[in-house]
Amino acid sequence: MSTLYDKLWNQHVVFTESDEPDSMAAIYIDRHLVHEVTSPQAFESLKLAGRKPWRLDSILAVADHNVPTTDRSHGIHDPISRLQVATLDQNCDELGITEFKMQDLRQGIVHVIGPEQGATLPGMTVVCGDSHTSTHGAFGCLAIGIGTSEVEHVLATQCLLIKKSKTMRISVEGKLGLGVTAKDMALAIISKIGTAGGTGYAIEFTGSAVRALSMEGRMTLCNMAIEAGARAGMVAVDDTTIDYIKGRPFAPRGNVWDKAVAYWRTLQSDADAIFDQTVILDAAQIKPQVTWGTSPEMVTTIDGVVPDPVLINDEVKRHDMQQALNYMGLRANTPIQQITLDKIFIGSCTNSRIEDLRAAAQIVKGKYIAANIKQALVVPGSGLVKKQAEQEGLDQIFLAAGFEWREPGCSMCLAMNDDRLSVGERCASTSNRNFEGRQGPGGRTHLVSPAMAAAAAIAGHFVDVREIGE
Amino acid sequence: MKKFQTFTGLVVPLDRANVDTDAIIPKQFLKSIKRSGFGPNLFDEWRYLDHGEPDIDLAQRRPNPEFVLNQPRYQGAQILLARANFGCGSSREHAPWSLQDYGFRAIIAPSFADIFFNNCFKIGLLPIILDTTIVDRLFEEVKLTEGYSLTVDLQKQTVTTPKNDEFKFEIDAFRKHCLLNGLDEIGLTLQHAEKIRQFEQKRRNEQPWLFM
Ligand code: SF4
Repeated sequence: MSTLYDKLWNQHVVFTESDEPDSMAAIYIDRHLVHEVTSPQAFESLKLAGRKPWRLDSILAVADHNVPTTDRSHGIHDPISRLQVATLDQNCDELGITEFKMQDLRQGIVHVIGPEQGATLPGMTVVCGDSHTSTHGAFGCLAIGIGTSEVEHVLATQCLLIKKSKTMRISVEGKLGLGVTAKDMALAIISKIGTAGGTGYAIEFTGSAVRALSMEGRMTLCNMAIEAGARAGMVAVDDTTIDYIKGRPFAPRGNVWDKAVAYWRTLQSDADAIFDQTVILDAAQIKPQVTWGTSPEMVTTIDGVVPDPVLINDEVKRHDMQQALNYMGLRANTPIQQITLDKIFIGSCTNSRIEDLRAAAQIVKGKYIAANIKQALVVPGSGLVKKQAEQEGLDQIFLAAGFEWREPGCSMCLAMNDDRLSVGERCASTSNRNFEGRQGPGGRTHLVSPAMAAAAAIAGHFVDVREIGE
Repeated sequence: MKKFQTFTGLVVPLDRANVDTDAIIPKQFLKSIKRSGFGPNLFDEWRYLDHGEPDIDLAQRRPNPEFVLNQPRYQGAQILLARANFGCGSSREHAPWSLQDYGFRAIIAPSFADIFFNNCFKIGLLPIILDTTIVDRLFEEVKLTEGYSLTVDLQKQTVTTPKNDEFKFEIDAFRKHCLLNGLDEIGLTLQHAEKIRQFEQKRRNEQPWLFM
């Protein structure tokens, strides 16, 4: 009667700090992904303490947050970003850590390349100094975002000190409507449980609608688990998982593959497993979602209106809502479809995989972005995604529609490089956070699916993708 | 890490729910490869009227007089009083670093986001969870009383008001022990190195695909 989370947990506990049931435990880490922003201080302290990484072959590093998405042949122009990326390169070279450098075809967003390389496998514990590490849980593994001190701790000991979470099952049953995606599912879940709804929990996503998702879709869903407050999100292993992994560079082969698959198939919650909490959604009821505020829970459906704070009783909530509307430059009761946009961003670890680019390309094919759209960016999640998209001719579709076709990286998801919104600019974005200033100081972000972002680019305002004929 | 000692500190109220890590320390400051120096940019977009970048001279900045941290009566605050789900968003430890660098030693809120909460302990910044009703009351008292201070006693796990009202808070025993003694967690874990090695060897035998 164990949940998938219980099984993963029990497989990895090395020791506990006490015999109490909620004691801190040291769990063994199988895969450690590293990027340039949260690692320099960890490497520095490690060195100062005279320590070495415990297990080099568990680490895979890549620079993604700071890298330019335009021509890279001249390196990084911003000196501070350049130093941060150079520091990662240097640390990896010195210690002998595998790193995909900026010019490497395999470079990309850390949460895209792990799965793409087969470096993320079912049954693993995966950590990264990044909250969206939850993405990797799509593979039936326990994937947790950690801070820099924890990065150092894992480097030095191969263990993470952590408390066991409570478990939450989010079951989405039925069939998603045409044009409704994993992103809409994720936002609908956050709309229901709130951005703190998952705090203290590990979420397992179950139900026929989740089973029906591709690995890309499951990654989108688990990616957003952290926006619901949960440090980990996961989906049990099935044929979809195994088919995706087969043949990837870091995946096992031959006999070992067969042995691995036999084990991976056990990575399911037992039928009688007990969860601390269960949430149920009906897939057929989920509509395309659009956020209107400065937190992912400030979200409504494409046929909805910007909500009215006057109707909210809770004083703190009403105040926050008013503040969000001021920041977003929106008036209560405005229909979502009347919101016009300045920029479009298709990218980020939420939605920059091949399936996402295909969905967006399908919408813009043979059309052109609206006159009021100042910039529309497509930023593939990795060099390999980019290459595949080019082989399929997607780049040409985007370019002909007035989009810019960029090099892989985090880009305008958090605007640490040159891609950003200016003050007051409004963006339809496929990323995961609509916090104040996230895409640039004073910038206004609306989170949507790739298809919805593409449709908005063509119309110049939000439109219902379900009403666009095939 | 320094030992966490009992202290009495001035309280500043930040009356917003869901304060995210992007608000605590905006991304342009994450480019630093150092652990210190983030304090002046804590809450940068709320605290200043102009836009901040890492290389801008602080003397040139225009503070926002409306923002609570800039009000004269809250200068020197060591305790941040906050609302629910404080620290949501990213895993950046730069958020607790900037709070600590500014001078905060404890943060009181009805709830915290998981990763932020964990990160605080690693650097000796104490996140304290108190009931919403108590936090509501503290907000009222702080706003009414200039110079309002609270005493935080980690050993006893209490927060005490100037009128001697005492509120108990929960903390994990191991975390408490580490904070009180200023212990290095890595050193502690490495005392179990043999156990880790044995565990690893067993894993290598049973699941060899994890070691390729
Ligand atoms: S794409 Fe955005 S959310 Fe994902 S890792 Fe990069 S910055 Fe973080």
